[in-house]
Amino acid sequence: MSVPGTTAVDRIREPRGVGLRGVDPTLPVWIGAAAFVIFLILLPLGSIFVTSLYNETGLTLRNYLDVFIEKAYIKAIWNTLIISFWVGIIAVLIGSLLGWLLTRTDLPFKKSIRALVMASFVTPPFLGAFAWTLLAGPNAGLLNHWYRSLTGAETPLFNIFTMEGLIFVMAIYSFPYVFSMIANVCDLISSDLEDAANILGANKWKIALTITLPLTAPALLGGFIVAFLHSLSLFGAPAILGLPAGIHTITTQIWAFFQYPPRLDLAAAFSVPLLLATIGLIALQKKMLGRKGYSTVGGKGGQKRLLRLGMLRYPVLLLVLGILSLSVFLPYWILLKAALSKAWALPLTWDNFTWKNFAFAFFEYGDTQAAILNTFKLGILTATVGTLVATLLAYITNRQLLRGSRYLTFFIMAPLVIPGIVLAVGLFIAYTHPPIVLYGTIWILFVAYLTKEMPIGFSQTESTFKSIHPELEDATRIIGANRLRALKDVTVPLARSGLIAAWSFIFIGVIRELSASILLFTPKSKVVSVVIFDLKEEGQIGAIAVLGILLLAVSFLIILAVQWIVGRDVFVARN
Amino acid sequence: MKKSPNFILCALVLIWASNSWAQDAGVIEAAKKEAKVVWYTSLAIGSSTALAHFFMKKYPGIEVIVNRNGSQRVLQMVMQEATAGIKNVDVIHTSDAGHFVLLKGKGLLLQYAPKAAEIFPAGFKDRDGFYYGMRATLSVIAYNPKIVADKDAPKTWKDLLNGKWSGKEVTAHPGYSGIIMTHVLALVKQVGWEYFQDLAKNKLHIVQSANDPAGVVASGERPVGVNGAEYFYYKTLKQGNPIKIVYPKEGVPLVVSPTAISAAAPHPNAAKLFTEFILSKESQQVLADKEGLYTGHPEVTYPKDKPMLKDLKLLAVDADELDKRNAEIKKRFTELFGA
Repeated sequence: MSVPGTTAVDRIREPRGVGLRGVDPTLPVWIGAAAFVIFLILLPLGSIFVTSLYNETGLTLRNYLDVFIEKAYIKAIWNTLIISFWVGIIAVLIGSLLGWLLTRTDLPFKKSIRALVMASFVTPPFLGAFAWTLLAGPNAGLLNHWYRSLTGAETPLFNIFTMEGLIFVMAIYSFPYVFSMIANVCDLISSDLEDAANILGANKWKIALTITLPLTAPALLGGFIVAFLHSLSLFGAPAILGLPAGIHTITTQIWAFFQYPPRLDLAAAFSVPLLLATIGLIALQKKMLGRKGYSTVGGKGGQKRLLRLGMLRYPVLLLVLGILSLSVFLPYWILLKAALSKAWALPLTWDNFTWKNFAFAFFEYGDTQAAILNTFKLGILTATVGTLVATLLAYITNRQLLRGSRYLTFFIMAPLVIPGIVLAVGLFIAYTHPPIVLYGTIWILFVAYLTKEMPIGFSQTESTFKSIHPELEDATRIIGANRLRALKDVTVPLARSGLIAAWSFIFIGVIRELSASILLFTPKSKVVSVVIFDLKEEGQIGAIAVLGILLLAVSFLIILAVQWIVGRDVFVARN
Repeated sequence: MKKSPNFILCALVLIWASNSWAQDAGVIEAAKKEAKVVWYTSLAIGSSTALAHFFMKKYPGIEVIVNRNGSQRVLQMVMQEATAGIKNVDVIHTSDAGHFVLLKGKGLLLQYAPKAAEIFPAGFKDRDGFYYGMRATLSVIAYNPKIVADKDAPKTWKDLLNGKWSGKEVTAHPGYSGIIMTHVLALVKQVGWEYFQDLAKNKLHIVQSANDPAGVVASGERPVGVNGAEYFYYKTLKQGNPIKIVYPKEGVPLVVSPTAISAAAPHPNAAKLFTEFILSKESQQVLADKEGLYTGHPEVTYPKDKPMLKDLKLLAVDADELDKRNAEIKKRFTELFGA
């Protein structure tokens, strides 16, 4: 999910700046869009920074001192680093294995497996974490229960309420990020080098290890960093699996700072290092990927031949399905079971069957209807506005309409490295006081989601525009249309499928968002993810399962609808 | 005219009664115009939803918006909204009496004397008339009889410290639940922080709500609950789950959960009507029958299979002390148990 750089061809084609063309009447639109996105990012981050430097006595470094001498807080940072490191490693192992298998080998049922990877990607990690508490709670967890009754053992097979459990769950919901990076790179590697090695007598496994692996190394490292960052920013999973075992992470600690009496100053001081760390990592990733480049990778010249797995074909398939059952089959099954049974731990017999959880979740419990409405309102609103703004921005950077559009890209992509909860701290500080009071309405959530989803919408529209030659636009403009008109009448219709994909990416991102929402909601502006979290704290297992299934069902419907409209798989990888 | 004093008294009573009836009708009328009452409550989701529906049936046209959360979260919400100048909440109900000392001190509560509360004992009424005890909850021990034999089960708070329960106990959190906040303070006053220090050695499973341990114990995830809301254990038991409740003879923490009206309530009349309603004998009896709660209402009767409060040794704590020690208790508990 890195920023696609502008290619040399584009640069030659497009004259720089607007000066050459005289004054462009649509200029205010471009400047407005650029200013809007810069404001969107700068206000919350500036607020955090300023707040972290003040307490009752005025300007001070005391907040930083308070945060970094308290043992419990240091522990939270340390926990987070350990967890994220292992999540990164495991996600790279799984993600690259699947990415390689699906692009370079003759593994059967590739399409279905891609769909399952997509399902892992769409599943909100907090929902997966919740499902795993039912599967692998040390005593009542069904997997442990079976294990004990099969083996007669006293101790559980696996306790999910541990660091290891937390790492495991976060990894199985982080690997799709690595997968899509690796799959894209593997798709591009031609078989020439592999052929050369083959001629020189290397067997296919040696080729995979000595040729393919080094070629994908930058992507592997990039994948590690993305998974690391993803895990760093998660709130729901550590809150559900870590807190019961007394394990705090940075995000749960920031959340705890908001409890009464709120310590916004400490929350801000705690957020700044997290922010610096993520920025540092992204810079590192850019540098690594930038230097190595893909000189051998890029280009379409060479042919791509699939490695024959031979006898291993079906054992490997089983392994892959085994991995995906951890993130998809098992959690979905237990959610469905919990939603339909009176007591989730007992077998789903006729006596244990009930629709009551659905009735309670949808009709009796007052919060849900309003929350469902809010969630979809916000999803549609954010996706629509987000796609629109992203389109304008991608157009600016792609056609280089403004001087310094390269720096604009930096601002647009910045939220990628801002953990949701940190963004929320900033927005909370910025928008609870005049001149702009958004707290207490769904608009603060809208701003949060719009900011958070901007990079995804942008990179999607960016790459779409890149594939559309400006010639047609130029033609339109020669016959008298202005830039906006050309964009609307020519480019956008051509970019239709890319824009629809951007819309649905944003929509799905919004309806599963928890880590920013958890600080920004008020009882009047609750969303489904927050209701699920609240229900979790009261142990309402059936109702959570019902709402979780709703979120998943809507996400899948959107994906199917998009694939039907666009007519191809726009999500996991380009075929 | 021998009977005149009596007659005058009768007339006065009549006038007063009709007057108050008129007042009631006026409140109902005004409440119907407001059409809505927003309730931030820590009463368990099922119970608060049931009570809201009960009200809506009695007063059609007035919608109750229930926002259920843990006591400490309810306070956090109320304070965040007050700071941001948001007027949303009408009626506030938590299980941490200290919250109401704090809110009253900050001028965030409306002084109101519900007629229904007149009959309540002094322990359920704020002396300045800002808040009233809507229910009484006990914090108790519970265990899963399918896993723990009755003879081995813990009978006292001290029994919970036994090393044989390591990895088998669950606690709720005072940083979330007012019941547990009160529970911790009551036991700290009784046996000191050393008790919790020793308890933490048993590597407890930590949940948030005082209602959550019931599910954890019933499913067998942890067979022993070291605290938790008695009414919720009772309700879970009544649904056919394997749970047994223990009322330790050393004393049972008694949590009186107040209700109050926000000073900035956007629907003040509906709030008053709702407050009268939840304190009325009718509602209080429903809380006792359907939700397994104790109440301050002296005329309410209780299910036969629940002990009478007068037969238990109750540990009560002072609301002012709860307010003062709130931060300390959260901090020490978190230090001892890790989160």
